[in-house]
Amino acid sequence: MSGNLRTLSQKVWDSHIVHEEPGAPSLIYIDLHIVHEVTSPQAFEGLRQRGLKVRRPDLAIATVDHSIPTTDRSLPILDPIAAKQVGQLEKNAAEFGIPCFGMHSEHQGICHVIGPELGFTQPGMTVVCGDSHTSTHGAFGALAFGIGTSEVENVLASQCLLQRPSKTFRVLVNGKLRPGVTAKDIILALIAQIGIGGGTGMVIEYAGPAIRALDMEARMTVCNMSIEGGARAGMIAPDDTTFNYLKGRPFAPQGKDWDAAVERWRQLPTDEGARFDREVIIDGDELEPMITWGTNPGMGISINAPIPAPSNPSDSKALAYMGLESGKPLAGHPVNVVFIGSCTNSRISDLRSAANILKGRKVNPNVRVMVVPGSMEVKRQAEAEGLPELFRAAGCDYREPGCSMCIAMNGDQLQPGEYSVSTSNRNFEGRQGKGGRTFLASPLTAAATALMGVVTDVRTIL
Amino acid sequence: MKPFLPFESRMVPLPSTNIDTDQIIPARFLKTTSKEGLDLQLFNDWRYNADGTPNPDFILNTPRGKNAEILLAGDNFGCGSSREHAPWALTQFGFRAVISTSFADIFKGNSLKNSLLPIVVPADVHAKLFAMPEDAKVEVDLASQSLILPDGTKVEFPVDPFSKTCLLEGIDELGWILKQEPAIAAFEARRIGTLNTLQNFV
Repeated sequence: MSGNLRTLSQKVWDSHIVHEEPGAPSLIYIDLHIVHEVTSPQAFEGLRQRGLKVRRPDLAIATVDHSIPTTDRSLPILDPIAAKQVGQLEKNAAEFGIPCFGMHSEHQGICHVIGPELGFTQPGMTVVCGDSHTSTHGAFGALAFGIGTSEVENVLASQCLLQRPSKTFRVLVNGKLRPGVTAKDIILALIAQIGIGGGTGMVIEYAGPAIRALDMEARMTVCNMSIEGGARAGMIAPDDTTFNYLKGRPFAPQGKDWDAAVERWRQLPTDEGARFDREVIIDGDELEPMITWGTNPGMGISINAPIPAPSNPSDSKALAYMGLESGKPLAGHPVNVVFIGSCTNSRISDLRSAANILKGRKVNPNVRVMVVPGSMEVKRQAEAEGLPELFRAAGCDYREPGCSMCIAMNGDQLQPGEYSVSTSNRNFEGRQGKGGRTFLASPLTAAATALMGVVTDVRTIL
Repeated sequence: MKPFLPFESRMVPLPSTNIDTDQIIPARFLKTTSKEGLDLQLFNDWRYNADGTPNPDFILNTPRGKNAEILLAGDNFGCGSSREHAPWALTQFGFRAVISTSFADIFKGNSLKNSLLPIVVPADVHAKLFAMPEDAKVEVDLASQSLILPDGTKVEFPVDPFSKTCLLEGIDELGWILKQEPAIAAFEARRIGTLNTLQNFV
């Protein structure tokens, strides 16, 4: 039997148990805590009320991403409530000794973009943040999950969390993706298959040749949306792709420490024969570009498939909200906005893949196309490659880093009734602005749609 | 935290499945730095018309939606964002329990830390509750982990035993964690050299 055989997530879990006693969840240690402006102010206030300090400010980083404008950084924040929240984070970080990549930091960016790119996120770590897309960091073989503000306070005060272990769920993606099919299509296809509650209570491990073939940024896209399938976390075993990405990053181990770390990290992959509570197999050869038609990320179809007939009241409600009819394909449907950005798809590889489609072409004049890099680091790299000029020449609005229209807290939003193709992660009612209607898709599909003004299968213009 | 006592209440039905936390409280209301006043925005985009007037068709704007402490919701309630503003808004509005067939993980954890009891019932009981008359009251008894229906039927529900103790006795989780300080310090001492500390860099 598989008594001593352990999965990747179990190995990380076991090595972080601080204390266990009957009747209580396990107390587990947190290696990296990322703090942002929206879910932390009440936690810092809680510390003040209790007279507590941050136990390990050296294991936390803070940044601003959710409520900041993506316009010119030399201008003040016009929204006084957002300005106060951003100021409060910078004040809290200074008071409690946490390094903060604020509005004007050269390292500012979306939490789940800067953690990996600066080398903070490493294999075998436990990583938490008051944001459900913390699952992104699982791409490195870290156990990474979103927490609420009470738990943010617990981690600040104790560097620990009380947790019950999750069940294990392996998603095996076989074969090889065809041209025009990306990591985003893998995860949208999975969620369409298992549903948005399909992974509840579980940690997903993505495995198989099609996952191994992905670069780190694509792996982050997959793990990022694990939460949209209900899973607590998503993980990918670290390998040479992981190590090559991390080596030399500012906060990655250096020299002898690096060698020792790689040695440890090589022990992390799931033991051969270890048992999972659930397994799903996806045929990567058969995947097509995916797009969502409804109001949750599980309502996804292949781009040329017809919108399905409603099978329950929620489907009917979603169709009504989206103003769509079943039986027709989404391809060809006009859109008002294309949004390329978010913690799912705002890294340099995402910008490059959109740029490859847009190069030397003009976006449809009826479409407002926003390109929002995930971080200052991504922005600098894009500049080095001439991408901002390319996007602007194509007619795109190229902006400053932040969460932007993924969450629409900062004024970047859809107007009621507008349609967008968005590379973000949620198509919930009103997510991109009250009354706004979102089709989730890959950066390739987004760029192709930007050119044509209607939902477009990128393979028709490759 | 106050101890969680048994109570009896009418139920506010919200049958949609997969009600996400963006519906419970839209993101644009998360710019606050306090926990207060969130009840005003609970289910904002369903509750108010574009001009800000109350939507008379939405249940919270009807007599049935007032002064009830139980929300009866569709499957997979609370999915999506980790915002604890969702249980804050629900409790400030007056809810003390949500009944569904399942809850998203983060929402469930956040609720238990805010004295909002997520009650999971089987599909047949769920359907039976939705079919009850408007004025039907059910009793929630956490100590016996049971719902007592108007006909006297008792329906047991699962609760994490640790969360149950915390709720019943009003114990604060952080206080409990901080008592484990010796174990935390020992863990850190064991892991020197392998702990991915940022202190060398920051």
